[in-house]
Amino acid sequence: MPTRRARIPATRYPVERFTLDNGLRVVLTPDRSAPVIGVAVVYDVGIRSEPEGRTGFAHLFEHLMFQGSENLEKLAHFRHVQGAGGTFNGSTHLDYTDYYETLPSNALERALFLEADRMRGPRLTEENLRNQVDVVKEEIRVNVLNRPYGGFPWLTLPPVMFDTFPNAHDGYGSFDDLESATVDDAADFFRRYYASGNAVLAVSGDLDVAEAARLIERHFGDVPARPAPDRPDFAEPELTAERRSSYTDQLAPLPAVASAWRVPDPIDDFTAYLPYVVLAEVLTDGDASRLVGRLVHTDRAVTSVGGYLGFMGDPFDVRDPTALLLQAHLPPGGDVDKVLRTVDEELDRLATDGLTDGELARTQARMATHLLRDTDAVLGRALRMAVLEQQRTDPGLLGELPRLVGEVTDDQVRAAATTLRSERRASVEVIPGGAR
Amino acid sequence: MSVRALPPLGPTRRLKLPRQAERTLRNGLTVIVVRRPAVPLVELRLWMPFVRAHLARGHLLAQTMLSGTETMSSVQIAAELQRIGGGLSAGLDPDRLMLSGTSLATGLDRLLEILAEVLTGASYPAEWVDIERDRLVDGIQVARSQPAHLARTALLRRIYGRHPYAVQTPEPEQVRAVRPGALRTLHAQRVRPAGAVLVLVGDVRPERALDAAEKALDGWDGDGYPAELPPAPPLVPGPLQLFDRPGSVQSSLRLALPAVPRTHPDHAALQLANLVFGGYFSSRWVENIREDKGYTYGPHSLVEHSVAGSLLVASAEVATEVTAPALLETSYELGRLATVPPTSEELEQARQYALGTLQLGVSTQTGLASLVSAYAGNGLRLDFLAEHAARLARASAEDVAEAAARYLAPTRAVTVVLGDAERIASSLSTLSPVETAPVPS
Repeated sequence: MPTRRARIPATRYPVERFTLDNGLRVVLTPDRSAPVIGVAVVYDVGIRSEPEGRTGFAHLFEHLMFQGSENLEKLAHFRHVQGAGGTFNGSTHLDYTDYYETLPSNALERALFLEADRMRGPRLTEENLRNQVDVVKEEIRVNVLNRPYGGFPWLTLPPVMFDTFPNAHDGYGSFDDLESATVDDAADFFRRYYASGNAVLAVSGDLDVAEAARLIERHFGDVPARPAPDRPDFAEPELTAERRSSYTDQLAPLPAVASAWRVPDPIDDFTAYLPYVVLAEVLTDGDASRLVGRLVHTDRAVTSVGGYLGFMGDPFDVRDPTALLLQAHLPPGGDVDKVLRTVDEELDRLATDGLTDGELARTQARMATHLLRDTDAVLGRALRMAVLEQQRTDPGLLGELPRLVGEVTDDQVRAAATTLRSERRASVEVIPGGAR
Repeated sequence: MSVRALPPLGPTRRLKLPRQAERTLRNGLTVIVVRRPAVPLVELRLWMPFVRAHLARGHLLAQTMLSGTETMSSVQIAAELQRIGGGLSAGLDPDRLMLSGTSLATGLDRLLEILAEVLTGASYPAEWVDIERDRLVDGIQVARSQPAHLARTALLRRIYGRHPYAVQTPEPEQVRAVRPGALRTLHAQRVRPAGAVLVLVGDVRPERALDAAEKALDGWDGDGYPAELPPAPPLVPGPLQLFDRPGSVQSSLRLALPAVPRTHPDHAALQLANLVFGGYFSSRWVENIREDKGYTYGPHSLVEHSVAGSLLVASAEVATEVTAPALLETSYELGRLATVPPTSEELEQARQYALGTLQLGVSTQTGLASLVSAYAGNGLRLDFLAEHAARLARASAEDVAEAAARYLAPTRAVTVVLGDAERIASSLSTLSPVETAPVPS
């Protein structure tokens, strides 16, 4: 069949950017196709910034931002968002923490009020802190301790690959560290990182730009100005020798393995970075991809294999250092060494022979669909644009990504594959302790 | 410091439904197209009635349906779908077989062609069935190591007894016994257009998309298969069933309560009562056992609809040491709502949430596709959303109090707990008769 290349559609979301006098950066992206809005506030602090002895603190602090603020009692935030017909959440990442709501558009001013109020200051009390330490411990039990493959590989691979505390430590935190956290720690953390100059507000959806800008000035204009703190350098040298580690998961019935290779700086060297994002999909997107074909169907060496950029699956919202990851689940008695050798072989083959006719184009078309799908919901647009503004001062990049992905060439993907050598690889293996 | 007042809400936006069109093809397939052009994609959902199918064969059929046809290999199907930025996947529950997919809007015709190719020509190649059979067995084994799956399995068995809903995951041995021939037979019998509903949502012109679907799927043939589900049995309260999971650091609480289908006159009031109890974050139950007591992270309660009946299920994973106290608070909150009407503030908040999240739900292609498909599978159309919104807006405090008394009374609950029996059995038995049962295999 001849190679037909699906035209990758261009999407151009309108973007308005401005900065308030207190340093808060604002992104507006109107879309009046449905009467709903997305509101996102992103602070430039994440897991990598938490102090030693306080693992899990960035996430614990995220919980404290929902416990009341200057004009709001505990529980008020939830009730005001949901009582306006909206939903909310927050999440803590390696380099940032986000807070967001999506609501019917008649609640725009209310959402701005709620976010501004906690930007002025959360109510940090001993009682709320103890309550949320308990809640976070249950969150960790649900997601890590009481289930098979908990934290695999996002919590268990970084300590193999990295040597410094910011990059290597457990971002969910140890129970000891969580229990040692104090209200003073929280107040310090807020003062240092939750500064107006360290935040971005993005609003998307059914809004009028002039009206929204006026409401934003009204509610955020008098948030006290505080500058962004200096951002530390989290750089680490590249690996020069392969690293391997393993652990027994008492609940896991089957073996699993994950590997990671460092990739170029996603912010400063985006052109060199982007081919790796494409490479991960060439290797693992669906039955027509290289590693699924070889490992799942030809060799039957794994039951599933996936590839992605960033330990939290965050190709476009993480800074250096980061990695390309592959993870695979194996059948009973599966041979991890053999799987890793086969991955090497397939990477060699790609590096040597290049891609087949149409292989890259079809992968890029599918990536375009994924990128577009993520931005259909107005909230997805607000969240991604807020982070792109924060890390790259370029929220409009969101609309460019499908095209930029589509411009990556065969040679670039091939060159990227060439760098995924075993001596640059860090791997972690799950040994099943729960086979019945 | 001056107190700042919460800004009022602006005028409520009327629920506006997107443009849609529907056609029933000669072969009995219903096609519904909904236009939402915000991104240049199209979402596809094909609901095929699949009640009372052999469980293991059904699951393996879903797992291998896209593994090849007379003219295309599995890899070709996948590559051709990728070429239009697309993908397809199959999934099964006791009501239906569902094919779900997406592609660039420009790829719709090709997506439909590939869909038709699979529907009329899936060949279940022996080699691929072999591979997928092992993967399915491994997947079942992994699912069985997850507490949420085990708790769900235990609850379904307890509630449904001999009804087909009682067991929804096949035994590995049953899967191992399935041969490709059985899959081809099952496909020929059950993958039929009569009674099926195809939903397309996205950046498409409805009439043009109907034509495209008709052209592509006209050759898909065969009568429907005469199978019906008996109505789900009523809940029969009894002793708390405790399933032992030694060493578990949390206990999984599951409470099932009666519920009614979407079209029942009590449904809107029940939905509001459920919200006030535990159906969203700002509910009594969540504020109690999470925000006050810190027993749990994500408790939630949900009205679930299936073809043969509806159910309200409250779920929480709680720390082992507070299992009984968490259950006590749960019964307390159910009982309080069943006996003391919610305040008007609580009710209005729940109502706004219910109405607002309807707006949010239909503001994306995927949200619309899932809703339209779930509605259509139960004989409803998107217009029902407006009717439902009107019922939510109308439900009075008395309606909600009555629904709470009728459906949320703790005496009506069926309760199962999965956890470390040695550590929780005796304290649970202070609250309720307890019957210890082996973990479902």
